[in-house]
Amino acid sequence: MPAPVTQLFPGVQLHIVTGKGGTGKTTVAASLAIALAADGGDVLLCEVEGRQGFAQLFDVPPLPYEERLIARGTGDAGDVYALAIDAESALMEYLDMYYRLGRAGKALDRFGVIEFATTIAPGVRDVLLTGKVYEAARRNRRNKDAREYDAIVLDAPPTGRIAQFLNVNNELAGLAKMGPIKAQADTVTELIRSPQCAIHLTTVLEEMPVQETIDGIHEMQRTGLPVGGVFINLVRPQDLGDNERALLLNDKVDNQQLSKTLDSVGIATTPAIVATLISEGRDHAERRELEDSQRALIAELDVPSLELPRLPGGVEYEGLYDLAAILREGGIR
Amino acid sequence: MSRSRKRAPQPRVGALQPEPRHAGPLNVDNLLADRKVRIIVCCGSGGVGKTTTSAALALRAAEQGRKVVVLTIDPARRLAQSMGIEALDNSPRPVQGINDAAGGELEAMMLDMKRTFDEVVQSQASPEKAQQILDNPFYIAVSSSFAGTQEYMAMEKLGQLDKDAQKSGRWDLIVVDTPPSRSALDFLDAPERLSSFLDGRFMRLLLAPAKGPARLMTAGFGMVTRALTTIIGAQVLQDMSAFVSAFDTLFGGFRARAQRTFELLQADGTAFLVIAAPERDAMREAAYFVDRLSQEDMPLAGLVINRTSDLAEADTAPLSANTAMAAYEKLHQPGADSYEKLAGGLLRLHADKMQAVTREHDLIDRFATAHPDVPRAKIRALATDVHDLDGLRQVGALLADQPE
Repeated sequence: MPAPVTQLFPGVQLHIVTGKGGTGKTTVAASLAIALAADGGDVLLCEVEGRQGFAQLFDVPPLPYEERLIARGTGDAGDVYALAIDAESALMEYLDMYYRLGRAGKALDRFGVIEFATTIAPGVRDVLLTGKVYEAARRNRRNKDAREYDAIVLDAPPTGRIAQFLNVNNELAGLAKMGPIKAQADTVTELIRSPQCAIHLTTVLEEMPVQETIDGIHEMQRTGLPVGGVFINLVRPQDLGDNERALLLNDKVDNQQLSKTLDSVGIATTPAIVATLISEGRDHAERRELEDSQRALIAELDVPSLELPRLPGGVEYEGLYDLAAILREGGIR
Repeated sequence: MSRSRKRAPQPRVGALQPEPRHAGPLNVDNLLADRKVRIIVCCGSGGVGKTTTSAALALRAAEQGRKVVVLTIDPARRLAQSMGIEALDNSPRPVQGINDAAGGELEAMMLDMKRTFDEVVQSQASPEKAQQILDNPFYIAVSSSFAGTQEYMAMEKLGQLDKDAQKSGRWDLIVVDTPPSRSALDFLDAPERLSSFLDGRFMRLLLAPAKGPARLMTAGFGMVTRALTTIIGAQVLQDMSAFVSAFDTLFGGFRARAQRTFELLQADGTAFLVIAAPERDAMREAAYFVDRLSQEDMPLAGLVINRTSDLAEADTAPLSANTAMAAYEKLHQPGADSYEKLAGGLLRLHADKMQAVTREHDLIDRFATAHPDVPRAKIRALATDVHDLDGLRQVGALLADQPE
């Protein structure tokens, strides 16, 4: 029996996933949710940017403002639900839950207040979005019969906006010095700053995303946000060893010998094929060198990191389960 | 009448509908050489390489003889350094090290959103009033963090650069990178959103206290103000109200500016390039964007697909993924010697690559079927990241070199 894997983020209920655009935040969040559900708990996946990323990834119709079963657990595994949070619905729900505004609620909408609050009033939009995530994490009796989740995974805005998105408190402080919005922001902040929350960053092994990850982590540490792990996504396959890569990088490949080896396994080689393979190999070796240097930078951060491979066919529904299995081996449970 | 509807089908003569016009590849050098083109806007979703592409285009245009200014939003640090724009001073600086044999020039700048907003306020109001606005807590929050401010200010800056270019002749081409928004559409929508907000009923509600008590008497207003006070607190309402009355006279100016920028984007001298990566999400976003541009009568020059897996030599793909994988399986055995390992590894890489190429071609074909009239160009992925002028030159050359 293999040694039991130690749990990487014990006691964390809310996993927030951020990262530079194009690094696969949504894919990582979805496979993280599947990995977390594997031991039997139910998991809620939330998105807040109106992109319908989960609907596309799981190949289901667009998600409404409602918790929908998106992946039923087989065997002992729990279920994964998904929720697309939009600020307008969150505000209406909030007003309904806490103020029972009735006619005044409709009037607010008519006067453009809802639109104002959700698109223009600085920070309010973020409080509404994170507030709904908070509500799902800390269900109370105002939301009767609501499902309770063992874990929540939030596909959050990109690194460049994350501190602002989560740290709404400071920004609002200047604006709303008191009142319910301020109180709401404070409770949300309390959860986000607690050990029950972890903020993960996705990156790829390229200069700019890695730099952004490093800057992001420093900023979070400075502002007291709980940094979780770094998910290194789209890692290139490791098919060429050090020796082989050195041959390619130093232009020391003997074309004839390579051609003979290829012929021996039934490839009708031509000089063009050999040249293509070598040039692809050299590009790959150069990229790997760059990846190694970036990996070293991440290692200096002293934050747990997990690597996910680049799937050559792109990530489709089944690919999520492969990635989830890799995450579980890495200690996500 | 409806009873006798059933008729023998008419014989079909010719095509039922005209064949859609199929665009050839995007010819970037023609675009850059066209002196009528004064503005090129690069847009697309986050992480697709907009900044690099805009910088590469600007450099290529300058080295072909145009006087270019490039407005970037958030360049990678090393790229910014190599272009000499890492200092944020919100005005263009000459880029050193370009080849000016053709008589071109290149200047570059990085957008400072807050400063741009401040400058607009200062240019529109008396010094005293401007200061009053700049100090207002609500203004500070809006100008530094409102979700659309960056988009709005990028367009504002474009308007300023264009005005400057028209007046001084300092530049004959402006290349604009757009902010890394949630959605590529944000930068088109933000100015409209801001001006509709400024026009809106809510603004009038906030202005009401300054304009006399009569309007407050209506039940609706009273209820709304009470609800608002409950939710966001009286202090915020006061700040906002002070901001609005100080800003009141500027609104018309802001609206007019937003309108002018929108018209500038629709003008003949403007060309949009939609940038995408060969990924499902990015291509879908690109398709939305192309549709939106055509709805808004914005002139689209083409789609650039960045960082594709295509092979360096376009016509050498005689080795299929399956053949390579089958051969790899034979070589991937314990005790393989150095060349067997090398050959195996190379075959495996090639198989992955061919698979990626196929997937990307499918994605691009899907786009092409839906948008046959949009010229396209692909930029093959480079082995290393771009962070200097040589790298930008290489990207520009790849972009210009499209197979017919």
